[in-house]
Amino acid sequence: MSNYIKLIVLGLVALMALIAAGNARDLAYQVNALTAALAAVAYFLYTLRRTGEPVVAADQTQYMDGVVRAGVIATALWGVVGFLVGVIIAFQLAFPQLNFDWAQGYANFGRLRPLHTSAVIFAFGGNALIGTSFYVVQRTSAARLWGGNLAWFVFWGYQLFIVLAATGYLLGATQSKEYAEPEWYVDLWLTVIWLSYLAVFIGTLVKRKEKHIYVANWFYLSFIITVAMLHVVNNLSIPVSVFGSKSVQVFSGVQDAMTQWWYGHNAVGFFLTAGFLGMMYYFVPKQAERPVYSYKLSIIHFWALIFIYIWAGPHHLHYTALPDWASTLGMVFSIVLWMPSWGGMINGLMTLSGAWDKLRTDPIIRMMVISVGFYGMSTFEGPMMSIRAVNSLSHYTDWTIGHVHSGALGWNGMITFGALYFLVPKLWNRERLYSLSLVSWHFWLATIGIILYAASMWVTGIMEGLMWREVDANGFLVNSFADTVAAKFPMYVVRGTGGLLFLSGAIIMCYNLYMTVKRSPAVEATNVTVPAE
Amino acid sequence: MDTYSFLREFADSWMLVALFAFFVGMILWVMRPGSRKTYRDVANIPFRHEDKPAVDDSGEPKEA
Repeated sequence: MSNYIKLIVLGLVALMALIAAGNARDLAYQVNALTAALAAVAYFLYTLRRTGEPVVAADQTQYMDGVVRAGVIATALWGVVGFLVGVIIAFQLAFPQLNFDWAQGYANFGRLRPLHTSAVIFAFGGNALIGTSFYVVQRTSAARLWGGNLAWFVFWGYQLFIVLAATGYLLGATQSKEYAEPEWYVDLWLTVIWLSYLAVFIGTLVKRKEKHIYVANWFYLSFIITVAMLHVVNNLSIPVSVFGSKSVQVFSGVQDAMTQWWYGHNAVGFFLTAGFLGMMYYFVPKQAERPVYSYKLSIIHFWALIFIYIWAGPHHLHYTALPDWASTLGMVFSIVLWMPSWGGMINGLMTLSGAWDKLRTDPIIRMMVISVGFYGMSTFEGPMMSIRAVNSLSHYTDWTIGHVHSGALGWNGMITFGALYFLVPKLWNRERLYSLSLVSWHFWLATIGIILYAASMWVTGIMEGLMWREVDANGFLVNSFADTVAAKFPMYVVRGTGGLLFLSGAIIMCYNLYMTVKRSPAVEATNVTVPAE
Repeated sequence: MDTYSFLREFADSWMLVALFAFFVGMILWVMRPGSRKTYRDVANIPFRHEDKPAVDDSGEPKEA
Protein backbone atom coordinates (compact mmCIF):
# COMPACT_ATOMS: atom_id res chain seq x y z
CA MET A 1 0.00 0.00 0.00
CA SER A 2 2.70 2.45 1.02
CA ASN A 3 4.37 1.74 -2.30
CA TYR A 4 1.28 2.99 -4.19
CA ILE A 5 1.33 6.26 -2.24
CA LYS A 6 5.04 6.52 -2.95
CA LEU A 7 4.44 5.96 -6.67
CA ILE A 8 1.73 8.65 -6.77
CA VAL A 9 3.93 11.15 -4.94
CA LEU A 10 6.95 10.40 -7.14
CA GLY A 11 4.85 10.70 -10.27
CA LEU A 12 3.56 14.09 -9.12
CA VAL A 13 7.08 15.23 -8.25
CA ALA A 14 8.34 14.24 -11.69
CA LEU A 15 5.38 16.03 -13.33
CA MET A 16 5.92 19.19 -11.30
CA ALA A 17 9.64 19.15 -12.06
CA LEU A 18 8.87 18.86 -15.77
CA ILE A 19 6.39 21.74 -15.58
CA ALA A 20 9.07 23.78 -13.79
CA ALA A 21 11.58 22.87 -16.48
CA GLY A 22 9.14 24.02 -19.15
CA ASN A 23 8.56 27.35 -17.48
CA ALA A 24 12.19 27.88 -16.49
CA ARG A 25 13.49 31.46 -16.63
CA ASP A 26 17.14 30.42 -16.91
CA LEU A 27 19.24 27.52 -18.14
CA ALA A 28 20.60 26.47 -14.73
CA TYR A 29 17.10 26.18 -13.31
CA GLN A 30 15.95 24.23 -16.35
CA VAL A 31 18.79 21.72 -16.13
CA ASN A 32 18.29 21.35 -12.37
CA ALA A 33 14.56 20.76 -12.81
CA LEU A 34 15.23 18.12 -15.49
CA THR A 35 17.77 16.46 -13.17
CA ALA A 36 15.20 16.39 -10.38
CA ALA A 37 12.59 14.93 -12.77
CA LEU A 38 15.07 12.28 -13.86
CA ALA A 39 15.82 11.36 -10.24
CA ALA A 40 12.11 11.12 -9.45
CA VAL A 41 11.48 8.91 -12.50
CA ALA A 42 14.41 6.65 -11.60
CA TYR A 43 13.12 6.26 -8.07
CA PHE A 44 9.59 5.70 -9.48
CA LEU A 45 10.79 2.84 -11.69
CA TYR A 46 12.81 1.34 -8.83
CA THR A 47 9.74 1.41 -6.56
CA LEU A 48 7.48 0.09 -9.33
CA ARG A 49 9.67 -2.96 -9.92
CA ARG A 50 9.52 -3.84 -6.24
CA THR A 51 5.80 -3.27 -5.80
CA GLY A 52 3.94 -6.50 -5.14
CA GLU A 53 7.18 -8.34 -4.38
CA PRO A 54 7.46 -9.88 -0.90
CA VAL A 55 9.14 -7.45 1.50
CA VAL A 56 12.17 -8.85 3.29
CA ALA A 57 12.36 -7.45 6.79
CA ALA A 58 15.76 -6.03 7.70
CA ASP A 59 17.78 -8.25 10.01
CA GLN A 60 17.89 -6.33 13.29
CA THR A 61 20.78 -8.45 14.54
CA GLN A 62 23.09 -7.04 11.87
CA TYR A 63 24.51 -3.58 11.31
CA MET A 64 23.26 -1.66 8.28
CA ASP A 65 26.49 -1.48 6.29
CA GLY A 66 25.24 -1.19 2.72
CA VAL A 67 24.81 2.55 3.03
CA VAL A 68 28.28 2.87 4.59
CA ARG A 69 29.75 0.97 1.62
CA ALA A 70 27.99 3.37 -0.72
CA GLY A 71 29.35 6.28 1.32
CA VAL A 72 32.90 4.91 1.01
CA ILE A 73 32.61 4.58 -2.78
CA ALA A 74 31.09 8.06 -3.11
CA THR A 75 33.82 9.56 -0.92
CA ALA A 76 36.62 8.07 -2.98
CA LEU A 77 35.09 9.00 -6.35
CA TRP A 78 34.00 12.54 -5.43
CA GLY A 79 37.42 13.02 -3.86
CA VAL A 80 39.13 12.33 -7.18
CA VAL A 81 36.69 14.65 -9.01
CA GLY A 82 37.22 17.45 -6.48
CA PHE A 83 41.02 17.13 -6.54
CA LEU A 84 41.03 17.01 -10.34
CA VAL A 85 39.03 20.23 -10.64
CA GLY A 86 41.41 21.74 -8.06
CA VAL A 87 44.43 20.84 -10.20
CA ILE A 88 42.73 22.27 -13.28
CA ILE A 89 41.97 25.63 -11.68
CA ALA A 90 45.44 25.77 -10.11
CA PHE A 91 46.93 25.54 -13.62
CA GLN A 92 44.33 27.98 -14.95
CA LEU A 93 45.76 30.51 -12.50
CA ALA A 94 49.32 29.76 -13.58
CA PHE A 95 48.48 29.61 -17.31
CA PRO A 96 45.43 31.80 -18.07
CA GLN A 97 45.34 30.35 -21.62
CA LEU A 98 43.68 27.31 -20.02
CA ASN A 99 40.51 29.40 -19.67
CA PHE A 100 39.64 28.28 -23.19
CA ASP A 101 37.60 30.58 -25.39
CA TRP A 102 35.22 27.81 -26.40
CA ALA A 103 34.44 27.08 -22.74
CA GLN A 104 33.91 30.67 -21.65
CA GLY A 105 30.96 30.96 -19.33
CA TYR A 106 31.10 27.31 -18.33
CA ALA A 107 34.60 26.12 -17.56
CA ASN A 108 36.51 29.29 -16.80
CA PHE A 109 38.11 29.80 -13.38
CA GLY A 110 35.15 31.69 -11.93
CA ARG A 111 32.72 28.86 -12.67
CA LEU A 112 35.06 26.01 -11.74
CA ARG A 113 36.29 27.44 -8.45
CA PRO A 114 33.03 26.93 -6.47
CA LEU A 115 32.75 23.53 -8.15
CA HIS A 116 36.14 22.63 -6.67
CA THR A 117 35.44 23.93 -3.15
CA SER A 118 31.99 22.34 -2.95
CA ALA A 119 33.22 19.07 -4.45
CA VAL A 120 35.98 18.65 -1.90
CA ILE A 121 34.14 20.02 1.14
CA PHE A 122 30.61 18.79 0.61
CA ALA A 123 30.96 15.89 -1.83
CA PHE A 124 34.25 14.36 -0.57
CA GLY A 125 34.10 15.57 3.04
CA GLY A 126 30.33 15.34 3.38
CA ASN A 127 30.13 11.77 2.09
CA ALA A 128 33.05 10.83 4.33
CA LEU A 129 31.24 12.32 7.32
CA ILE A 130 27.86 10.76 6.53
CA GLY A 131 29.37 7.35 5.75
CA THR A 132 31.69 7.17 8.75
CA SER A 133 29.09 8.60 11.13
CA PHE A 134 26.69 5.83 10.12
CA TYR A 135 29.46 3.29 10.71
CA VAL A 136 30.64 4.74 14.02
CA VAL A 137 27.24 5.44 15.57
CA GLN A 138 26.19 1.81 15.00
CA ARG A 139 29.37 0.32 16.47
CA THR A 140 29.54 2.60 19.49
CA SER A 141 25.80 2.34 20.21
CA ALA A 142 25.70 -1.41 19.53
CA ALA A 143 22.48 -0.79 17.58
CA ARG A 144 21.39 -0.97 13.95
CA LEU A 145 20.66 2.35 12.24
CA TRP A 146 17.27 3.77 13.08
CA GLY A 147 14.71 4.51 10.39
CA GLY A 148 15.26 1.63 7.98
CA ASN A 149 15.74 2.97 4.46
CA LEU A 150 15.80 6.58 5.64
CA ALA A 151 19.60 6.26 5.70
CA TRP A 152 19.50 5.38 1.99
CA PHE A 153 17.28 8.39 1.36
CA VAL A 154 19.91 10.55 3.08
CA PHE A 155 22.66 9.05 0.93
CA TRP A 156 20.93 9.36 -2.46
CA GLY A 157 19.33 12.68 -1.58
CA TYR A 158 22.74 14.05 -0.70
CA GLN A 159 24.19 12.86 -4.03
CA LEU A 160 21.31 14.61 -5.81
CA PHE A 161 22.09 17.77 -3.85
CA ILE A 162 25.71 17.57 -5.02
CA VAL A 163 24.74 17.08 -8.67
CA LEU A 164 22.20 19.94 -8.56
CA ALA A 165 24.71 22.28 -6.93
CA ALA A 166 27.56 21.32 -9.28
CA THR A 167 25.60 21.64 -12.52
CA GLY A 168 24.08 24.87 -11.21
CA TYR A 169 27.54 26.40 -10.66
CA LEU A 170 28.71 25.58 -14.18
CA LEU A 171 25.57 27.16 -15.65
CA GLY A 172 25.79 30.24 -13.45
CA ALA A 173 23.35 29.64 -10.58
CA THR A 174 25.03 31.00 -7.45
CA GLN A 175 24.06 33.24 -4.57
CA SER A 176 27.71 34.30 -4.30
CA LYS A 177 28.17 33.30 -0.67
CA GLU A 178 31.39 31.41 -0.14
CA TYR A 179 30.77 27.69 0.62
CA ALA A 180 27.02 28.47 0.47
CA GLU A 181 26.75 29.06 -3.27
CA PRO A 182 23.76 26.81 -4.05
CA GLU A 183 20.56 28.67 -4.85
CA TRP A 184 17.32 28.61 -2.86
CA TYR A 185 15.69 25.40 -4.11
CA VAL A 186 18.91 23.41 -3.67
CA ASP A 187 19.16 24.85 -0.14
CA LEU A 188 15.61 23.70 0.62
CA TRP A 189 16.40 20.22 -0.65
CA LEU A 190 19.54 20.04 1.49
CA THR A 191 17.49 21.09 4.53
CA VAL A 192 15.17 18.11 3.99
CA ILE A 193 18.13 15.75 3.62
CA TRP A 194 19.91 17.17 6.62
CA LEU A 195 16.92 16.86 8.94
CA SER A 196 16.49 13.24 7.81
CA TYR A 197 20.18 12.69 8.56
CA LEU A 198 19.69 14.20 12.02
CA ALA A 199 16.67 11.92 12.58
CA VAL A 200 18.62 8.78 11.61
CA PHE A 201 21.53 9.75 13.83
CA ILE A 202 19.49 10.71 16.90
CA GLY A 203 17.15 7.74 16.40
CA THR A 204 20.14 5.40 16.50
CA LEU A 205 21.51 7.11 19.60
CA VAL A 206 18.12 6.79 21.31
CA LYS A 207 17.98 3.04 20.76
CA ARG A 208 21.61 2.49 21.76
CA LYS A 209 22.54 -0.45 23.96
CA GLU A 210 25.59 1.21 25.49
CA LYS A 211 24.62 3.41 28.41
CA HIS A 212 27.17 6.09 27.59
CA ILE A 213 27.24 8.04 24.33
CA TYR A 214 30.81 7.66 23.06
CA VAL A 215 32.66 10.94 22.48
CA ALA A 216 32.88 10.49 18.69
CA ASN A 217 29.09 10.63 18.56
CA TRP A 218 29.06 13.88 20.52
CA PHE A 219 31.26 15.44 17.87
CA TYR A 220 29.20 14.02 15.00
CA LEU A 221 25.95 15.19 16.62
CA SER A 222 27.22 18.73 17.22
CA PHE A 223 28.34 18.82 13.58
CA ILE A 224 24.91 17.77 12.29
CA ILE A 225 22.92 20.14 14.53
CA THR A 226 25.17 23.14 14.01
CA VAL A 227 25.34 22.72 10.25
CA ALA A 228 21.53 22.61 10.15
CA MET A 229 21.36 25.89 12.07
CA LEU A 230 24.10 27.60 10.04
CA HIS A 231 22.64 26.46 6.74
CA VAL A 232 19.13 27.70 7.46
CA VAL A 233 20.14 31.12 8.82
CA ASN A 234 22.74 31.90 6.17
CA ASN A 235 20.45 30.91 3.30
CA LEU A 236 17.44 33.05 4.22
CA SER A 237 16.55 34.41 0.83
CA ILE A 238 13.54 35.21 -1.30
CA PRO A 239 13.39 33.78 -4.83
CA VAL A 240 12.70 36.27 -7.59
CA SER A 241 10.47 33.68 -9.26
CA VAL A 242 9.53 30.10 -8.38
CA PHE A 243 10.63 29.23 -11.92
CA GLY A 244 14.05 30.85 -11.70
CA SER A 245 17.27 30.22 -9.82
CA LYS A 246 17.90 33.83 -8.77
CA SER A 247 17.12 34.82 -5.19
CA VAL A 248 17.67 37.88 -3.02
CA GLN A 249 19.20 37.71 0.46
CA VAL A 250 17.08 38.79 3.40
CA PHE A 251 20.04 40.39 5.17
CA SER A 252 21.98 43.15 3.52
CA GLY A 253 25.26 45.01 3.98
CA VAL A 254 27.42 44.28 6.98
CA GLN A 255 24.74 42.12 8.62
CA ASP A 256 24.81 39.88 5.57
CA ALA A 257 28.62 39.77 5.64
CA MET A 258 28.65 38.90 9.34
CA THR A 259 26.03 36.15 8.86
CA GLN A 260 28.01 34.78 5.93
CA TRP A 261 31.24 34.54 7.93
CA TRP A 262 29.50 33.27 11.02
CA TYR A 263 28.36 30.52 8.64
CA GLY A 264 31.65 30.30 6.78
CA HIS A 265 33.90 29.94 9.77
CA ASN A 266 31.61 27.49 11.50
CA ALA A 267 31.47 25.46 8.33
CA VAL A 268 35.19 25.08 9.00
CA GLY A 269 34.65 24.66 12.73
CA PHE A 270 31.81 22.19 12.72
CA PHE A 271 31.85 20.54 9.29
CA LEU A 272 35.60 20.24 8.78
CA THR A 273 36.66 20.13 12.44
CA ALA A 274 34.01 18.74 14.81
CA GLY A 275 32.78 16.13 12.33
CA PHE A 276 36.29 14.99 11.44
CA LEU A 277 37.24 14.93 15.14
CA GLY A 278 34.44 12.41 15.50
CA MET A 279 36.32 10.34 12.91
CA MET A 280 39.58 10.85 14.79
CA TYR A 281 38.13 9.72 18.12
CA TYR A 282 36.95 6.45 16.59
CA PHE A 283 39.42 5.49 13.88
CA VAL A 284 42.70 6.46 15.58
CA PRO A 285 41.97 4.29 18.66
CA LYS A 286 40.74 1.47 16.40
CA GLN A 287 43.79 1.51 14.15
CA ALA A 288 46.17 1.88 17.12
CA GLU A 289 44.23 -0.84 18.95
CA ARG A 290 44.19 1.11 22.17
CA PRO A 291 41.63 3.43 23.79
CA VAL A 292 41.93 7.18 23.46
CA TYR A 293 44.73 8.69 25.60
CA SER A 294 42.47 10.63 27.98
CA TYR A 295 38.72 10.35 27.90
CA LYS A 296 38.42 13.25 30.37
CA LEU A 297 40.39 15.45 28.02
CA SER A 298 38.13 14.41 25.14
CA ILE A 299 35.05 15.68 27.00
CA ILE A 300 36.71 18.98 27.87
CA HIS A 301 37.95 19.17 24.26
CA PHE A 302 34.38 18.80 23.01
CA TRP A 303 32.75 21.45 25.16
CA ALA A 304 35.60 23.93 24.85
CA LEU A 305 35.67 23.54 21.08
CA ILE A 306 31.95 24.06 20.51
CA PHE A 307 31.70 26.89 23.06
CA ILE A 308 34.49 28.85 21.39
CA TYR A 309 34.35 28.09 17.68
CA ILE A 310 30.93 29.64 17.21
CA TRP A 311 32.35 33.13 18.05
CA ALA A 312 35.38 33.12 15.78
CA GLY A 313 33.69 34.17 12.51
CA PRO A 314 34.24 37.97 12.70
CA HIS A 315 38.00 37.53 12.17
CA HIS A 316 37.16 37.19 8.46
CA LEU A 317 36.02 40.83 8.48
CA HIS A 318 38.93 42.82 9.94
CA TYR A 319 39.18 46.36 8.54
CA THR A 320 35.67 46.30 7.11
CA ALA A 321 32.38 48.01 8.02
CA LEU A 322 32.04 45.56 10.90
CA PRO A 323 32.35 47.37 14.27
CA ASP A 324 35.77 47.03 15.88
CA TRP A 325 34.37 45.38 19.01
CA ALA A 326 32.93 42.57 16.93
CA SER A 327 36.11 41.86 15.00
CA THR A 328 38.12 42.05 18.25
CA LEU A 329 35.72 39.54 19.80
CA GLY A 330 36.25 37.20 16.86
CA MET A 331 40.02 37.61 17.11
CA VAL A 332 40.13 36.92 20.86
CA PHE A 333 37.99 33.82 20.56
CA SER A 334 40.13 32.60 17.68
CA ILE A 335 43.20 32.85 19.86
CA VAL A 336 41.47 31.12 22.77
CA LEU A 337 40.77 28.28 20.31
CA TRP A 338 44.45 27.36 20.45
CA MET A 339 43.81 25.58 23.74
CA PRO A 340 41.02 23.12 22.84
CA SER A 341 42.51 22.51 19.39
CA TRP A 342 45.88 21.56 20.79
CA GLY A 343 44.26 19.63 23.62
CA GLY A 344 42.51 17.53 20.99
CA MET A 345 45.66 17.14 18.93
CA ILE A 346 47.61 15.96 21.98
CA ASN A 347 44.82 13.55 22.83
CA GLY A 348 44.92 12.09 19.33
CA LEU A 349 48.69 11.80 19.16
CA MET A 350 49.15 10.45 22.69
CA THR A 351 46.67 7.67 21.92
CA LEU A 352 49.70 6.13 20.21
CA SER A 353 51.85 6.29 23.33
CA GLY A 354 53.24 2.83 23.88
CA ALA A 355 52.50 1.94 20.28
CA TRP A 356 54.77 4.34 18.44
CA ASP A 357 56.48 1.39 16.77
CA LYS A 358 53.33 0.99 14.67
CA LEU A 359 54.39 4.14 12.80
CA ARG A 360 57.21 2.14 11.26
CA THR A 361 55.09 -0.78 10.12
CA ASP A 362 51.60 0.58 9.53
CA PRO A 363 51.24 3.24 6.81
CA ILE A 364 47.57 3.76 7.76
CA ILE A 365 48.42 4.88 11.28
CA ARG A 366 51.13 7.05 9.72
CA MET A 367 48.44 8.74 7.66
CA MET A 368 46.29 9.34 10.72
CA VAL A 369 49.21 10.71 12.72
CA ILE A 370 50.28 13.15 10.01
CA SER A 371 46.65 14.19 9.72
CA VAL A 372 46.49 15.05 13.43
CA GLY A 373 49.84 16.80 13.01
CA PHE A 374 48.41 18.96 10.24
CA TYR A 375 45.38 19.63 12.44
CA GLY A 376 47.73 21.00 15.08
CA MET A 377 49.66 23.02 12.53
CA SER A 378 46.68 24.65 10.87
CA THR A 379 44.97 25.35 14.19
CA PHE A 380 48.14 27.18 15.20
CA GLU A 381 48.36 29.08 11.93
CA GLY A 382 44.68 30.05 11.90
CA PRO A 383 44.55 31.91 15.23
CA MET A 384 47.82 33.61 14.33
CA MET A 385 46.35 34.85 11.05
CA SER A 386 43.23 36.06 12.87
CA ILE A 387 45.29 38.61 14.82
CA ARG A 388 44.44 41.96 13.27
CA ALA A 389 48.04 43.01 12.59
CA VAL A 390 48.93 39.69 10.96
CA ASN A 391 45.65 39.74 9.06
CA SER A 392 46.49 43.11 7.54
CA LEU A 393 49.37 41.35 5.81
CA SER A 394 47.76 37.99 5.09
CA HIS A 395 44.19 38.85 4.14
CA TYR A 396 43.26 38.64 0.44
CA THR A 397 46.62 36.98 -0.28
CA ASP A 398 47.46 33.37 -1.18
CA TRP A 399 48.57 32.76 2.40
CA THR A 400 44.90 32.19 3.24
CA ILE A 401 44.62 29.65 0.43
CA GLY A 402 47.72 27.86 1.73
CA HIS A 403 46.29 27.81 5.25
CA VAL A 404 42.97 26.37 4.09
CA HIS A 405 44.72 23.66 2.08
CA SER A 406 47.09 22.57 4.85
CA GLY A 407 43.92 22.04 6.89
CA ALA A 408 41.80 20.52 4.14
CA LEU A 409 44.42 18.34 2.40
CA GLY A 410 46.46 17.60 5.52
CA TRP A 411 43.90 17.19 8.25
CA ASN A 412 40.61 16.35 6.49
CA GLY A 413 42.10 14.54 3.52
CA MET A 414 44.57 12.37 5.42
CA ILE A 415 42.17 11.34 8.21
CA THR A 416 39.59 10.44 5.55
CA PHE A 417 42.12 8.36 3.60
CA GLY A 418 43.06 6.62 6.87
CA ALA A 419 39.41 5.90 7.61
CA LEU A 420 38.81 4.58 4.06
CA TYR A 421 41.79 2.23 4.32
CA PHE A 422 40.44 1.06 7.66
CA LEU A 423 36.86 0.64 6.45
CA VAL A 424 37.16 -1.10 3.08
CA PRO A 425 38.57 -4.44 4.35
CA LYS A 426 36.03 -4.44 7.20
CA LEU A 427 33.00 -3.53 5.06
CA TRP A 428 33.77 -5.96 2.23
CA ASN A 429 34.84 -8.69 4.63
CA ARG A 430 38.44 -8.83 3.44
CA GLU A 431 41.40 -10.02 5.48
CA ARG A 432 43.58 -7.06 4.61
CA LEU A 433 44.25 -4.36 2.06
CA TYR A 434 45.45 -5.35 -1.40
CA SER A 435 48.78 -3.59 -1.02
CA LEU A 436 50.41 -1.76 1.88
CA SER A 437 53.21 -0.47 -0.30
CA LEU A 438 50.62 1.35 -2.43
CA VAL A 439 49.37 2.96 0.80
CA SER A 440 52.94 4.12 1.42
CA TRP A 441 53.07 5.52 -2.11
CA HIS A 442 49.83 7.38 -1.46
CA PHE A 443 51.16 8.64 1.84
CA TRP A 444 54.35 10.09 0.39
CA LEU A 445 52.76 11.52 -2.75
CA ALA A 446 50.09 13.26 -0.65
CA THR A 447 52.53 14.51 1.96
CA ILE A 448 55.01 15.92 -0.56
CA GLY A 449 52.09 17.41 -2.49
CA ILE A 450 50.80 19.23 0.59
CA ILE A 451 54.25 20.50 1.48
CA LEU A 452 54.77 21.90 -2.03
CA TYR A 453 51.32 23.45 -1.88
CA ALA A 454 51.60 25.05 1.57
CA ALA A 455 55.20 26.24 1.15
CA SER A 456 54.57 27.88 -2.23
CA MET A 457 51.48 29.61 -0.89
CA TRP A 458 53.37 30.95 2.13
CA VAL A 459 56.00 32.42 -0.13
CA THR A 460 53.63 33.91 -2.66
CA GLY A 461 51.15 35.08 0.00
CA ILE A 462 53.65 36.95 2.11
CA MET A 463 55.35 38.27 -1.02
CA GLU A 464 52.18 39.74 -2.47
CA GLY A 465 51.14 41.08 0.94
CA LEU A 466 54.43 42.92 1.19
CA MET A 467 54.29 44.10 -2.44
CA TRP A 468 50.78 45.53 -1.99
CA ARG A 469 51.81 47.68 0.96
CA GLU A 470 55.21 48.80 -0.34
CA VAL A 471 55.42 52.59 -0.75
CA ASP A 472 58.25 54.78 -1.97
CA ALA A 473 59.79 57.81 -0.23
CA ASN A 474 56.93 60.02 -1.42
CA GLY A 475 54.24 57.66 -0.18
CA PHE A 476 53.26 56.29 -3.58
CA LEU A 477 52.57 52.59 -4.06
CA VAL A 478 55.56 50.90 -5.72
CA ASN A 479 53.82 47.94 -7.34
CA SER A 480 50.78 47.65 -9.55
CA PHE A 481 48.49 44.69 -9.05
CA ALA A 482 49.73 43.12 -12.29
CA ASP A 483 53.30 43.20 -10.89
CA THR A 484 52.27 40.89 -8.05
CA VAL A 485 50.49 38.56 -10.48
CA ALA A 486 53.63 38.30 -12.63
CA ALA A 487 55.82 37.69 -9.58
CA LYS A 488 53.64 34.82 -8.41
CA PHE A 489 54.02 32.69 -11.54
CA PRO A 490 56.71 30.22 -10.35
CA MET A 491 54.88 29.61 -7.07
CA TYR A 492 51.66 28.93 -8.95
CA VAL A 493 53.39 26.25 -11.00
CA VAL A 494 54.77 24.67 -7.80
CA ARG A 495 51.30 24.76 -6.27
CA GLY A 496 49.74 23.05 -9.27
CA THR A 497 52.46 20.39 -9.15
CA GLY A 498 51.74 19.76 -5.48
CA GLY A 499 48.07 19.34 -6.30
CA LEU A 500 48.96 16.93 -9.09
CA LEU A 501 50.93 14.78 -6.62
CA PHE A 502 48.03 14.80 -4.19
CA LEU A 503 45.62 13.78 -6.98
CA SER A 504 47.89 10.91 -8.10
CA GLY A 505 47.96 9.65 -4.52
CA ALA A 506 44.17 9.62 -4.42
CA ILE A 507 43.97 7.73 -7.73
CA ILE A 508 46.41 5.14 -6.36
CA MET A 509 44.14 4.83 -3.32
CA CYS A 510 41.09 4.18 -5.51
CA TYR A 511 42.99 1.47 -7.39
CA ASN A 512 44.17 -0.09 -4.12
CA LEU A 513 40.68 -0.07 -2.59
CA TYR A 514 39.16 -1.51 -5.77
CA MET A 515 41.73 -4.30 -5.84
CA THR A 516 41.13 -4.95 -2.14
CA VAL A 517 37.49 -5.68 -2.88
CA LYS A 518 38.33 -7.68 -6.02
CA ARG A 519 41.42 -9.62 -5.07
CA SER A 520 42.09 -9.69 -1.34
CA PRO A 521 41.22 -12.99 0.37
CA ALA A 522 37.91 -12.96 2.22
CA VAL A 523 37.84 -13.35 5.96
CA GLU A 524 37.12 -17.00 6.72
CA ALA A 525 33.75 -17.55 8.30
CA THR A 526 34.14 -18.11 12.02
CA ASN A 527 31.01 -19.94 12.98
CA VAL A 528 32.77 -22.04 15.58
CA THR A 529 31.66 -21.28 19.13
CA VAL A 530 33.98 -18.90 20.89
CA PRO A 531 34.76 -19.79 24.50
CA ALA A 532 33.50 -17.26 27.05
CA GLU A 533 36.18 -14.80 28.04
CA MET B 1 14.09 49.22 25.92
CA ASP B 2 14.51 48.13 22.29
CA THR B 3 15.19 44.52 21.46
CA TYR B 4 18.83 45.05 20.53
CA SER B 5 19.74 46.80 23.79
CA PHE B 6 17.84 44.27 25.84
CA LEU B 7 19.48 41.30 24.15
CA ARG B 8 22.87 42.94 24.31
CA GLU B 9 22.55 43.62 28.04
CA PHE B 10 21.26 40.11 28.68
CA ALA B 11 24.09 38.55 26.67
CA ASP B 12 26.69 40.62 28.53
CA SER B 13 25.45 39.62 31.95
CA TRP B 14 23.20 36.66 32.74
CA MET B 15 23.89 34.63 29.63
CA LEU B 16 27.62 35.10 30.02
CA VAL B 17 27.45 33.97 33.64
CA ALA B 18 25.24 31.01 32.76
CA LEU B 19 27.50 29.77 29.95
CA PHE B 20 30.61 30.25 32.05
CA ALA B 21 29.03 28.41 35.00
CA PHE B 22 28.02 25.56 32.68
CA PHE B 23 31.56 25.33 31.39
CA VAL B 24 33.18 25.32 34.85
CA GLY B 25 30.54 22.86 36.03
CA MET B 26 31.39 20.58 33.12
CA ILE B 27 35.08 20.55 34.06
CA LEU B 28 34.26 19.84 37.73
CA TRP B 29 31.90 17.06 36.64
CA VAL B 30 34.57 15.46 34.49
CA MET B 31 37.00 15.57 37.44
CA ARG B 32 34.49 14.14 39.93
CA PRO B 33 35.70 11.35 42.23
CA GLY B 34 35.26 7.94 40.68
CA SER B 35 35.19 9.26 37.14
CA ARG B 36 38.52 7.64 36.29
CA LYS B 37 37.02 4.16 36.48
CA THR B 38 33.92 5.13 34.50
CA TYR B 39 35.92 6.79 31.75
CA ARG B 40 38.39 3.92 31.52
CA ASP B 41 35.36 1.73 30.84
CA VAL B 42 33.63 3.97 28.30
CA ALA B 43 36.88 4.65 26.43
CA ASN B 44 36.74 0.98 25.44
CA ILE B 45 33.32 1.26 23.76
CA PRO B 46 34.82 1.13 20.23
CA PHE B 47 36.27 -2.31 20.96
CA ARG B 48 33.05 -4.02 22.04
CA HIS B 49 30.52 -4.43 19.27
CA GLU B 50 32.60 -4.55 16.12
CA ASP B 51 30.51 -7.01 14.11
CA LYS B 52 26.98 -7.16 15.51
CA PRO B 53 24.59 -5.04 17.55
CA ALA B 54 24.06 -6.08 21.15
CA VAL B 55 21.29 -8.65 21.20
CA ASP B 56 20.31 -8.10 24.84
CA ASP B 57 17.07 -6.11 24.86
CA SER B 58 16.94 -5.32 28.57
CA GLY B 59 18.45 -1.88 28.00
CA GLU B 60 21.45 -2.72 30.16
CA PRO B 61 24.86 -2.13 28.59
CA LYS B 62 26.27 -5.43 27.51
CA GLU B 63 29.90 -6.23 28.19
CA ALA B 64 31.36 -8.51 25.58
